[in-house]
Amino acid sequence: MSSPLRALVRHPQFALGMREMSGVSLGIAAWGLVTGVAMVKAGLSIPLSLLMTFAVFAGSAQLAAIPLMGAGSPAWVIWATALCVNLRFVIFSAHWRPFFMRFPRGQRMLLGYLTADLNYVLFMKRFKEPRDDEGQIEYFLGSSFMSWLAWQVPSVLGIVLADVVPTHWGLGFAGVLALLGLGYALLSDKATSFAAVVAGAAAVAAFALPYRLNIVVAIAAAVCIGLMIDGGGDAGRRVLASLMRAKPRDRVAS
Amino acid sequence: MSDWESFITIVGLTVITVVTRCFFLIPERELRLPGWVQRGLRFAPLAALAAVVVPEVVMSHGQLISTWQDARIYAVAAATAWFFWRRGILGTIVVGMAVLMPLKLLLGW
Repeated sequence: MSSPLRALVRHPQFALGMREMSGVSLGIAAWGLVTGVAMVKAGLSIPLSLLMTFAVFAGSAQLAAIPLMGAGSPAWVIWATALCVNLRFVIFSAHWRPFFMRFPRGQRMLLGYLTADLNYVLFMKRFKEPRDDEGQIEYFLGSSFMSWLAWQVPSVLGIVLADVVPTHWGLGFAGVLALLGLGYALLSDKATSFAAVVAGAAAVAAFALPYRLNIVVAIAAAVCIGLMIDGGGDAGRRVLASLMRAKPRDRVAS
Repeated sequence: MSDWESFITIVGLTVITVVTRCFFLIPERELRLPGWVQRGLRFAPLAALAAVVVPEVVMSHGQLISTWQDARIYAVAAATAWFFWRRGILGTIVVGMAVLMPLKLLLGW
C-alpha cells in the first residue's frame, strides 16, 4: 500500500466516518440487495447488471430506471427520469463546493462521484464550515468507503442470487427505515423540523408529477419555508411564533 | 431492449450520475452563491430525506393509503418509538423490520 493511502486509512477521522456510516449500512445493504435482484428480474444480463451497479452507483436513479428498461422505454425517457431523480445531487453539490474547492478539478470530480445521500447527510451534520485541520476529507472518504461496500457487496449478491432472494419480504423497506432514522437524528431546531414536515407534505402532494420531480418540489418548499422563518420577515415571524408557543393559544389576530 | 441498447443506456446513466453529483464542483473560477442560497441549503439534507421517506410510508400506487392493514404504518411507529428511546439508527432499522416482516408474511399486510 502506498504511504498516502496508508496514512488515509489510519487517520482517526477515516475510522470515525466508517463507524458512523456503519450505523445505517444495514439499510443500505438491504436496499442494494433489492436493487441487484431488480436489475436481473427486469431482464438485464448479469454482466450488464454488474456494469450498472459499479458504474451508475445511484440507488434511487437505478430503481427508477430499471422498470423502464425492462419495459423497453426509449433511452431518452430513462435518462430524463434519472436526471430528475438525481436533481437533488445538484443542490447537494452546491453545498459540497466550499468543502472540496481546495482540490484540483479531477480529484473534486472523483469526490463528487462518491457524494450519495447518506454521506452527504452525515457529513453536513458533523461539519458546518470548511476547515483543513480537522480531517474532513478523511471522514468523507471513510464514510464513502463504508457506504460503497455496504451498497456494492449486497448488490452483487442480489445480481448473482436473483432467483433465490425472497422479494415479498419487504426487504427494501429497510432502506426507508435507515433514511427515517437518519432523518430523526437530524432534527435539531424547530425551524428545520418544520421545514421537514413541509417537505414531507409537499412530496406527497406533488407525487403525481412525472420523473419523481416531487422530491425537488419538496426540497424547494422546505428551503423556502426555512428561509422565511430564518429571515425574520412578517410571515416568517408568525410561523416561528406559532412554533415556539408551548401550547396552542389564540390565532394571530387579523 | 437489446444488450447493446441497455449498454448505451447504462453509459448515459453513469454520465448523469457524474454530472449531477459534480455539477457545482466543475467550475474552477470563484463562484459566490447568494447569501440566501447558502442559508437555505441548511434545510436541504433533512428535506431530501423527508421527501423520499414520507411518500414511501403513506402512499401506495400513487394514492394515500386508506387502510390500517398496512405493515408499513406499524413498522414506522415501532421504529420511531425505538429511535426516540435509544437514539440508535441500527436499532431503528432492526425494530422496524422485525415488525414489518411478520405482518407482511403472516397476515399479508
